[in-house]
Amino acid sequence: MSTAAPAQTETFKIGDRAFKSRLIIGTGKYRTFAEMKAAHEASGAEMVTVAVRRVPLDRSSESFLDHLNPALQILPNTAGCYTADEAIRTARLAREALQTDLIKLEVIGDQTTLFPDNEQTLEAARILVQEGFVVLPYFSDDLIMAKKLLDAGCAAVMPLAAPIGSGLGVQNPANLRIMREQLPDATIIVDAGVGTASDAAIAMELGADAVLMNTAIAEAQDSARMAHAMKLAIQAGRLAYQAGRMSKRLYASASSPISGVVR
Amino acid sequence: MQIQVNGESQEVSDGLQLLELISDLKLRADQIAIELNHEVLRRTAWPATTLQPGDRVEIVHFVGGGFLSDKL
Repeated sequence: MSTAAPAQTETFKIGDRAFKSRLIIGTGKYRTFAEMKAAHEASGAEMVTVAVRRVPLDRSSESFLDHLNPALQILPNTAGCYTADEAIRTARLAREALQTDLIKLEVIGDQTTLFPDNEQTLEAARILVQEGFVVLPYFSDDLIMAKKLLDAGCAAVMPLAAPIGSGLGVQNPANLRIMREQLPDATIIVDAGVGTASDAAIAMELGADAVLMNTAIAEAQDSARMAHAMKLAIQAGRLAYQAGRMSKRLYASASSPISGVVR
Repeated sequence: MQIQVNGESQEVSDGLQLLELISDLKLRADQIAIELNHEVLRRTAWPATTLQPGDRVEIVHFVGGGFLSDKL
């Protein structure tokens, strides 16, 4: 019998907050608010990320937050920011509006790839940590960058699996595995690039503490069903990581006894 | 007087109160945050804030988005 807690009951921590669900999801690209709500429900996620934008002045705007289950932890993000300064201002505004110190820090470096600007991200992270934010930075899947972000005081690191919204899945499993092995105590949340359930399971099997995704669920034909699939994949991947997989070998290894075969 | 709201120049009456601006724009005060001249203005400071000529006001709210998404 295993003594490990089942994946459903163990928690993972971000700062001093504990979460049972290791799936964090977005709120963008859904066809309707009803569809978003159904997907959120099916995912079992306890935290959702939202973007900060200027209010439109020429028309009345929806009160987006009213469409979220009040039990959900809201994780504001700095999506769309291209400089540390923009991201810092956005984070401060989000904290004032939501009274939360959590911030998903995104500083984008390039419009075509949406790859992060790691240098600006680190600069913003240092300042936001000093200002008391619990900073969750999106960055390239690079161990040295992860170390710098953790040294700066980030509560977790969020390496990309593949470009945002690409659905390509984990492009560099070795990098994530190395990050897990070299940073055993860090909270690592794979962020961006997951396309389907197996991608999420792979990220978890590699030792990620959680996965954040948006497009894979929102752009599925049936987003609530995909959200459910992601929930199960993340639980399965987590259990497989904890179980410790067998070693790969090149040749067959019989499962049944070799002796006593009827000849 | 002229002020800037979310990057747009606006002609408003002299001595406009910030709360009047929020109400004119029909904004839900509980779901927005405001920056005045690049500094976040705490909610508690809104009632005592009178806008000055040339003020730059940023008013933000929350929208759907895991990442860059202007939909919803």
